[in-house]
Amino acid sequence: MRESHGLHLKTYLFIFFIAIFAPLGNTLLGKGMRSVGQVRDFSPAALVETLIRVINSGYIWLGIASLLAFFVAYMLVLTWADYSFVQPASSFSYAVVAILSYWLLGEVVTPLRWLGILVICLGVLIVGRTHPRTTEESARA
Amino acid sequence: MRESVLLFLIIVAGTGGELCVTRAMKAIGEVTDFRPMALLRFIAQAVRVGWMWLGVGLMALAFFSLLAMLSIENVSFVVPVTALHYVAGTIGAVLFLKERITRQRWIGVLVVCLGVTIVWLSRH
Repeated sequence: MRESHGLHLKTYLFIFFIAIFAPLGNTLLGKGMRSVGQVRDFSPAALVETLIRVINSGYIWLGIASLLAFFVAYMLVLTWADYSFVQPASSFSYAVVAILSYWLLGEVVTPLRWLGILVICLGVLIVGRTHPRTTEESARA
Repeated sequence: MRESVLLFLIIVAGTGGELCVTRAMKAIGEVTDFRPMALLRFIAQAVRVGWMWLGVGLMALAFFSLLAMLSIENVSFVVPVTALHYVAGTIGAVLFLKERITRQRWIGVLVVCLGVTIVWLSRH
């Protein structure tokens, strides 16, 4: 029982990291790509030119750093929890990305979009009430 | 058309990459020691697993597709749209990782998808 409680606690802590770092990374990438400009031309020369502009953007590097932090947390949590649990449970990041895109990028978040986010959170709560691991090892734990 | 191709790459390559990485991580086993040296040993173990490299390659493809998509559309639109991962990911977890998905978890995933769809519809 205590082991199961500890497993849940550890899992939720890492899902918290995932829900913060992933949207922060995406928002910073979005800010960076706005400064880079739209990718309209997919010819090799144009892509190389775009890549150079991407590499020179500080926001892109900050976004990559944030996504790397997300990736480490994600890899670690997947060593003990099911993919099918972690993936939906980390969808709190939708709420965070809406807040960050409003604050940092000035994007309009409509009431309908917030309703969608609330429904996502409800889904997350339903998923969160299931055991993090459903494979044979957890059955013995 | 351009957005559809980018979205397809984000979903398929992203989900495929995550499944490959998950398979690699399951092969390594649960992480119980979080000291720096132990984590370095863990990373050294991870890079020796073939699934990890395939997964990272697919995730890189998804990442560059995401960058291209973010240059065209708003972040608050792009991120919810990529939630098609939930359908692909859960089906992949069943088929590829042999995870057992309970009815309650399926319901949760479906509700999450519904919410994401509403967010997507809010674009217009």
